[in-house]
Amino acid sequence: MINDVIADESPVAAPVARKRGRAIVVTSGKGGVGKTTTTANLGAALAAGGAAVVLVDADVGLRNLDIVLGLEARVRHHVLDVLEQKVTLDEALVADKRVPKLRLLAAAQTREKDDVDTEGFRGLISSLRDRFDYVLIDCPAGIEKGFTNAIAGADEAIVVCTPEVSAVRDADRVVGLLGENRSIKLIVNRLRPALVKRGKMLSVDDVNGILHLPLLGVIADAPDVIVSTNKGEPVALDPTSPVGETYRAIAQRITGALTTAPEIPRERSFLDKLFGSRR
Amino acid sequence: MNARRIVLTSGKGGVGKTTTTANLGAALAKRGSRVVLVDADIGLRNLDLVLGVEKRIVFDIVEVVEGRCQLRQALIKDKRLDNLSILPAAQTRDKTAVSELQMSKVVAELGELCDFVLIDCPAGIEHGFRNAIAGASEAIVVTTPEVSAIRDADRVIGKLHERGLPLRLIVNRLRPEMVRSGDMLSVDDVTDILSAELLGVVPDDEEVIDTTNRGEPIVLQPESRLAAIYDKICRRLDGELVPFTEFSPPGFFGRLFRKAG
Amino acid sequence: MLEFLQRFFGRPSSSATAKERLRLVLLSDHLSLAPDVVDALKYDLIEVISRYCDVDVAHCDVTFEHQDKQIAMLANIPILGMRDRAKPPAAPPPAPPPPLAAEPLPLGAAGATALAGAAPATEPVAETPAEPASPPPAKPARKRRRRRPNAAPATNGTTHAVPGTPGLSSI
Repeated sequence: MINDVIADESPVAAPVARKRGRAIVVTSGKGGVGKTTTTANLGAALAAGGAAVVLVDADVGLRNLDIVLGLEARVRHHVLDVLEQKVTLDEALVADKRVPKLRLLAAAQTREKDDVDTEGFRGLISSLRDRFDYVLIDCPAGIEKGFTNAIAGADEAIVVCTPEVSAVRDADRVVGLLGENRSIKLIVNRLRPALVKRGKMLSVDDVNGILHLPLLGVIADAPDVIVSTNKGEPVALDPTSPVGETYRAIAQRITGALTTAPEIPRERSFLDKLFGSRR
Repeated sequence: MNARRIVLTSGKGGVGKTTTTANLGAALAKRGSRVVLVDADIGLRNLDLVLGVEKRIVFDIVEVVEGRCQLRQALIKDKRLDNLSILPAAQTRDKTAVSELQMSKVVAELGELCDFVLIDCPAGIEHGFRNAIAGASEAIVVTTPEVSAIRDADRVIGKLHERGLPLRLIVNRLRPEMVRSGDMLSVDDVTDILSAELLGVVPDDEEVIDTTNRGEPIVLQPESRLAAIYDKICRRLDGELVPFTEFSPPGFFGRLFRKAG
Repeated sequence: MLEFLQRFFGRPSSSATAKERLRLVLLSDHLSLAPDVVDALKYDLIEVISRYCDVDVAHCDVTFEHQDKQIAMLANIPILGMRDRAKPPAAPPPAPPPPLAAEPLPLGAAGATALAGAAPATEPVAETPAEPASPPPAKPARKRRRRRPNAAPATNGTTHAVPGTPGLSSI
């Protein structure tokens, strides 16, 4: 089989002595709240900041991390190929031309989540931690085998939640299932400050009043995320995007470079714009 | 059995299956049909919340299937619409708690009691999906005009074809202004890519969030434009040829007249 | 060239980009999900090539690769020898290719390589190495052909079939 190596995809070399990387699963319970977008953007922001990052798509059968990143044309192999030892890890990792330190390990599109052996996946994440500073795992919706696999090997979790009752309820369920031994942090996604102000949407306090998690960031709802997915260009790589800026700040909180509390987007009034006040 | 048993599915989560199930069910009931909604998202139930009946749940589908209660005992009647009932999912179990055969039997039994059984399918294409389609005779695929949603909808359509289930498409959360500026796929783009027959187009509406918070399906607000749109969907379900001119000039839907005809 | 023109006349909208990306990714997904179709295609391809060459059937392989702007079929057909020249081939020779601006595809094996273009549903077209370009048929085939100068007796012939991409006009 001709499977020509594309010459510029030099793998990240396994260093001799290296601090073990962090494995973080991005989960939610509810589908469609922005797990994949968050995984892609945080990964891009962390890698653009200099860290060696690998993104692992655990959504077997319904993969989308590749298409959100704009790398769908470069995927040749996937996690199951590696777990079943049909290819090496290096052959399966996809490099991103825009962000040299970012790699993608895609999910299989034509298999099922039951095909993934949980312990095998845990071992894979462990070996990825030896080679990368950050291993971000994109968890599928739900709480079945896909979820169980995705959290295996991750001792940190980011729960993504939108300010809607269904999402909060599902996030709460997931927090329970993640257990006590993981560090769990929250990102509130798709906030619409104008609706919160009119009492038509839950506020961040409403959400976290139920979930009780340390807050990593709050992302405002914005149409440029749709445009970025259309193009396959993560907003975190766009210096003019406010949502990109939020993702970059979250990445800095993850690395520890930023320690201030996350800003809650609000509807900016005229006075706010004049005096630049912050709550 | 006289009921139409329709599963609402998507592959991708968060595109509006549950909201669509609730609103379509309410719209059909408003028009006089007897409707039962089934929440097949065992473990992550939300249909009850969207309808505002979460505090009235006594029994759920798993208990029915395990024989711990009668089907009628588990059905919750909507207080606003006489013809509407819901069979909730279990919250503390997961999708392996019910088999396809058991689902099929429950749906068949419900089919004796009403005109429409609408089954709210969970995200995904595995166990929960297979359960949800087990008792269905037709499907509605819900998608948004976004890349990931369409890719997953395509996968689901493939699975439905394998089962021989007839299907139609609802495009949800369309933003006409973004379509006009070239920032969002149009309805024509979506139906072209998926090669599916269109049943309805529902525009993005921020009021939906508020109504979900309050557990009040938006179609129950007669002044809402979505009420009129869901009514048209009901008429198309009945076989009526209703043009797709809900909210945009014909330029958006020129070709769809041929598809609707 | 195409990209320059796009930049000159304005970039396509993000929805146009999305539509084209989806078209390709769904084609790629569908191909992965249809191993029986791929098997039938492989069988037919080997059968056609066998009219011109002796092939090592046991080691033939056909895969599909999602490249930047298209899906390409990659066929690895080990060629053991040429058929008797006195025996005319069953199918008429194909048309010469129109010029294409696409970058060269990566080719691994040494030896004779033939690149043929075809839409996924049509028959792949192979060429005999010694045939000169023939007058084009009524419907032009989209195809590119590259040959290495030294054809060793036992070679791996690699056929790249490039299904036509519709271009911006379809968006």
